[in-house]
Amino acid sequence: MSVRIGVVRFPGTNCDRDVFDAVGSVEGSEPVWLWHKERDLEGVRGIVLAGGFSFGDYLRAGAIARFSPIMEEVVAFARRGGPVLGICNGFQILTEAGLLPGALMRNDRITFVCRDQWLKVETTDTPFTRHYSAGQLVRYTVAHGEGNYVAEEEVLDRLEEEGRVAFRYVDETGAATDAANPNGSLRNIAGIRDEGGNILGLMPHPDRAMSELLGSGDGAPVFRGLVEAAA
Amino acid sequence: MSPATALRDQPVTDDLVEAHGITPAEYQRIVDLLGREPNVTELGVFSLMWSEHCGYKYSRARLAELPTEGPQVVQGPGENAGAVDVGEGLAVVFKMESHNHPSAVEPYQGAATGVGGILRDVFTMGARPIALLDSLRFGELSDPHARYLFRNVVRGIGDYGNCVGVPTVGGEVVFDDAYRGNPLVNAMCVGLLRHDELTKGATGAPGNGVYVLGASTGRDGIHGASLLASSELSDDTLESRPTVQVGDPFSEKLLLEATLELIERDAVIGIQDMGAAGLTSSSSEMASRSGTGIAIDVARVPRREPAMPPYEVLLSESQERMLVVADDAKEPLLMEIAEKWDLPCTRIGEVTGDGTWRVVEDEVEVCSIPVAALVDEVPKYVREVGRPAYLDEVQAWEPEEGWLAGRDPLDDLATLLAAPTIACKRWAWEQYDHHVQTNTVLGPGADAAVLRLRGTRRGIALTVDGNGRWVWCDPRTGGALAVAEAARNLAAVGAKPLAVTDCLNFGNPEKDRVYYQFVEAIRGIAEACRALGTPVVSGNVSFYNESSTGAVHPTPTIGMVGILEDLEKRIRPDGALPGDILVELGGTGAHLGASSFLKEVVGTVAGRPPAADLEAEAAAGDAVRALSAAGLVRAARERASSSPSSARPASPDDGA
Repeated sequence: MSVRIGVVRFPGTNCDRDVFDAVGSVEGSEPVWLWHKERDLEGVRGIVLAGGFSFGDYLRAGAIARFSPIMEEVVAFARRGGPVLGICNGFQILTEAGLLPGALMRNDRITFVCRDQWLKVETTDTPFTRHYSAGQLVRYTVAHGEGNYVAEEEVLDRLEEEGRVAFRYVDETGAATDAANPNGSLRNIAGIRDEGGNILGLMPHPDRAMSELLGSGDGAPVFRGLVEAAA
Repeated sequence: MSPATALRDQPVTDDLVEAHGITPAEYQRIVDLLGREPNVTELGVFSLMWSEHCGYKYSRARLAELPTEGPQVVQGPGENAGAVDVGEGLAVVFKMESHNHPSAVEPYQGAATGVGGILRDVFTMGARPIALLDSLRFGELSDPHARYLFRNVVRGIGDYGNCVGVPTVGGEVVFDDAYRGNPLVNAMCVGLLRHDELTKGATGAPGNGVYVLGASTGRDGIHGASLLASSELSDDTLESRPTVQVGDPFSEKLLLEATLELIERDAVIGIQDMGAAGLTSSSSEMASRSGTGIAIDVARVPRREPAMPPYEVLLSESQERMLVVADDAKEPLLMEIAEKWDLPCTRIGEVTGDGTWRVVEDEVEVCSIPVAALVDEVPKYVREVGRPAYLDEVQAWEPEEGWLAGRDPLDDLATLLAAPTIACKRWAWEQYDHHVQTNTVLGPGADAAVLRLRGTRRGIALTVDGNGRWVWCDPRTGGALAVAEAARNLAAVGAKPLAVTDCLNFGNPEKDRVYYQFVEAIRGIAEACRALGTPVVSGNVSFYNESSTGAVHPTPTIGMVGILEDLEKRIRPDGALPGDILVELGGTGAHLGASSFLKEVVGTVAGRPPAADLEAEAAAGDAVRALSAAGLVRAARERASSSPSSARPASPDDGA
């Protein structure tokens, strides 16, 4: 029997179809749409919050989406230990919903940035990153205007100590330099996990790194890990 | 007098007619068609529908020269956008449109709503938009105002397309003093559908309901098409900022999803974007296509502001609205889908059988005009003009003996590569999401963008090209070369050109010089499109691109779509390896007339552009594709006029 994975659609979500396809490409998975106005998780065993501009991001990215009926269920599912992946706007929603610490501020360069980006996998201790090796370099795309990760120093220190920084922006040699940082994120943080390891939020798009034809297939292990964890 | 303030009972005086941009002869024609004097609301309606922007009165006769047919054409000109077959039951829908004057007056909103309008033209047809491209012209970057425009136009394009979730995959930016007073902002959208999903702006039978779907109607954009788009820019034009619409990409995204769902679930009979000239043009054009009439009660149109007279409701260009026709059987599903996407949907009238465009406010008749008078009876002007004298002067340029003596070629090359027009445009395209929807095989910075067609081995290639300097120096040759360059850019990635959308940016056609440039450039485009087998399936004319600094260079922009039957056989721009052999195919010898070298290094615009040898162009394209199919090409570039990468990308922070 195939594993049902929910892809949440808010008004303004625009990477929903990309994520749907990425999930669907994993053998044994069945992607399922979850509509923001509903409260029924339709028996899914894993959830992805896709990128986009939920509710136009007119207030603050993710700030309105977190109040959607479906989000109450997503939060409860995550707290029960269900695997939840938030990409780009999905990461912003996870921080707004309090499932992950910190916040995503406007890029330090002010403008939206879309480019290919090298990342270093900092922890393999999540279902999403377990198919990578620690310290592995992977290439995804970033595309966001508000990806500048900030948190208090103590929070950042704790994230580092507990191995909860999942991805860091690096150059092609693996160095976490300022030049390699697309948005000004503190400590070049691109993605983090929660304490339990079942929730991952990241700004770069593994869903856009699913095919060498489009430049990179490095994102596929993330979705394979998600489906395995949900099985 | 400002016509935007015209109210319901205002008497129609000669001054008011003139303020609406209607000539005395045109006014007489209106009186003859109606058999009476129009009231002020009807005058406003005619001023829109008979404007150059909506009615193409100076261009229509000339556009007929363009080839529009071919076996690949699924939909030619006349609908919201054109469409071509790309195999496996799929068709690509595309169109390019200008938003020059709105962007001159308010660059951020002007550019943003330009993107919004062209997206709607494509998804109205039932196609999901899969790519955007932009062709931009500004004054030299050393001019602070040009930097301001460049910065905000790019931001406007990015913010709109990024939010809606359509990748901006290519384009071009040119800086030239010719555009100082009047920038050009042309946006092209490409959509994809199955043939059976193609939907037209039709009304069906009398008795069907007419609905407004989407945003409420406000006072923004009144007379955008008639006065802002169809007259020259003057120093007072900044006061016409209220005629620029304001965009809301989030509403557009909802409208996009709702429209595609309506079409997929067969909940509508016809649907039409309420773009330029809003409710007036959308309703009359739908009725015209179907040979019906239409009756609208403006009192039922949801408004953003109180006390809007019919004049304002009919002429408003508020964005993110659609006009929908459905019958009673479809209405419940229409309402259900609108509610799902949180979009207001209101029945405002009915299709009628009498061929009249009739507007009431509650029970009181406001307008009663034959549909044909608005759409088919637009005056058509064909002017006979001679060759302007400036061309002899410009074309007489010949290099003098030894004129290059003492120049350092490497220095000159460095100057050329650093010119903002030629430098890399990464500063701009990094602000555009060029990956969303995950189809982008080759994105900005290449000769042409390449997108995969999911579920097939196929891909499409897209490019926009124009060279106003060449057209200025030789309109006919320049027009042909714009098409040839587009075809070459597609060949450089291994694609076969299919069809063209054109955006024709010119000055005031009432002036002999401009009209001559227009006529000749169309002739050149038509010749090249015939020779290269690329019919024109959609397009847009933008006249009156003039300001106190004069007319812009005549700038026809060509958007071209090509097909790659097997993406694995595409040519990669960066595939070359050390030791590979470099070959120049075709070539124009040592031609320097009207060149970038003359403009950027020597500082003069003169001479003739290279001759357009269309047979050789077609042969060179075929040769590249044949070599590529045989596996003999590792990389290719069009002999480019811009650089894919340079140490210093052109940005508005330069030249300060």
